Amino acid sequence: MRRGRDWLLAWTAAPGLTYLGIFFLVPMLLVVVFSVLEGTPDGGVRPSLTLDNYRRALDPLYLRILARSAWLALLTTGVSLALAYPTAWAIRTGSPRRRGLLLALVVIPSWMNLLIKNYAWIVILRREGVLNTALGSLGLIDEPLSLLFAPSAVLIGLVHTYLPFMVLPLYVALDRMDWSLVEAARDLGAGRAAVFMRVVVPQTLAGVAVGCTLVFIPTLGAFVTPDMLGGPDSLMVGTLIENQLLQVRNWPFASALAVLLMAVAAAALAAVRRLQGAAGPGALA
Amino acid sequence: MKAGWSARATLLAVLAFLYAPVLVLVLYSFNDARFSATWQGFTFGWYQRLLESPETAAALRSTLVVSLSATALATVLGTLLALGLHLRRFRGRATIELLLYLPVVAPDIVMGVALLAFYVAVHLPLGRLSIILAHVSFQIPFVALIVKARLQDFPAEVIEAARDLGADEGAMIRHVLLPIIRPGILAGALIALALSVDDFLITYFTAGAGASTLPIRIYSMVKRGVTPDINALSTLLLAATLILIVAALKLQKRPNPESM
Repeated sequence: MRRGRDWLLAWTAAPGLTYLGIFFLVPMLLVVVFSVLEGTPDGGVRPSLTLDNYRRALDPLYLRILARSAWLALLTTGVSLALAYPTAWAIRTGSPRRRGLLLALVVIPSWMNLLIKNYAWIVILRREGVLNTALGSLGLIDEPLSLLFAPSAVLIGLVHTYLPFMVLPLYVALDRMDWSLVEAARDLGAGRAAVFMRVVVPQTLAGVAVGCTLVFIPTLGAFVTPDMLGGPDSLMVGTLIENQLLQVRNWPFASALAVLLMAVAAAALAAVRRLQGAAGPGALA
Repeated sequence: MKAGWSARATLLAVLAFLYAPVLVLVLYSFNDARFSATWQGFTFGWYQRLLESPETAAALRSTLVVSLSATALATVLGTLLALGLHLRRFRGRATIELLLYLPVVAPDIVMGVALLAFYVAVHLPLGRLSIILAHVSFQIPFVALIVKARLQDFPAEVIEAARDLGADEGAMIRHVLLPIIRPGILAGALIALALSVDDFLITYFTAGAGASTLPIRIYSMVKRGVTPDINALSTLLLAATLILIVAALKLQKRPNPESM
């Protein structure tokens, strides 16, 4: 293919790249531009440069929301990792005939609509919901519990949504791992815990990093879950951006928040690519 | 090293956690009770009510128009992009491949904000067209990455061999390249279709007041209060996307998690 005589195939990448340039890169750059412009009271922008929109994000009122988002995203990532590692381990070390089926069972929910998954938790957790009805009829509670519209409901919804994205890269990492090293360590007398900590974990770190990124980035920017399952005390960056853009019409501030979100996402991604090293380019897809 | 009982118990617990809420939702779409969560008997009534709702019918039409046209455009552009990236060596190719991952990993809300800002800046009216253009932009990378994965599974020598046997470029594309990547194109198109049918957030930002797809319809129904016809609509949307995904996975013959 390096002979330079293909003219049909020479420029096929151009239309797609042009499209992404116009409908992805330019809009992204526009957000960066908006984020350093002054807003006007009627919801427009004025062409004078300012960093006030970023300074505003440090206002205690908004800083609390940013901190809560980071905390909820970290918590979601931690809980997902704690659940996903044993899950991936059980699938990989179980019967080879069942691996494909079990893996598919874990991955399929990641294709279920986000709204529907979150709505399912409303059906279960609300005061007249399935859980309260069940507990009440068993005589375990006298009063219905208030489970919905709280940070814990948001955490449950987020873990439920993003857990499959943690299991998949962990499974891939475990599958690619050199299992003869595990045998060798066992033969040399290492205990299960030592084998796990010193042979398995180091070999799967890249998978852990990919999984954590795939959960952390979308969780940090979550809008639907805090909006549907959370109350006023579980506002996250995503809800704040939507509120500033569509309700308050403060475009520059919403843009600044979006830029900050994108910067964190890019930093997380860069860190993973460094960590991945030998894992190959396909491992992030 | 075999999995201990605790790892196997976690696997079972995780599967129950992932499926139970959705199964409950599906089950209650057949429950003959308006407000209560107790089982009052089996009914198709909520599905019937759904069929009679003009808003739901309009949302279904919007979804079909938006998703089918966006998918058609994204499949063509994405496939050509994959061919160009795979078959040509040019400067900056590695950077472009990395850029291809950006729309995949960018938080939906950031893309929603960016596209809305862009549409307002270029005075593009919000409606079905603006939604279609937005969907194509997040679909292209998925199609391109899936077709590229398919291309990478085949040795470049096959193409070289076709040339050495005298095939010109047109014949090579028709008889060698297209048959090789056809399952990849179909799988990419199905995944893109599923992503489009499923998308809420980017549509929510780029739809404007008039247009409403099925996920937008579900959102506004939930905001107005919990009723069993939301369960019915959810069940139908779940069934539709799952059929698309299972078909796409079957097409990708070897279930290779990396190419997803």
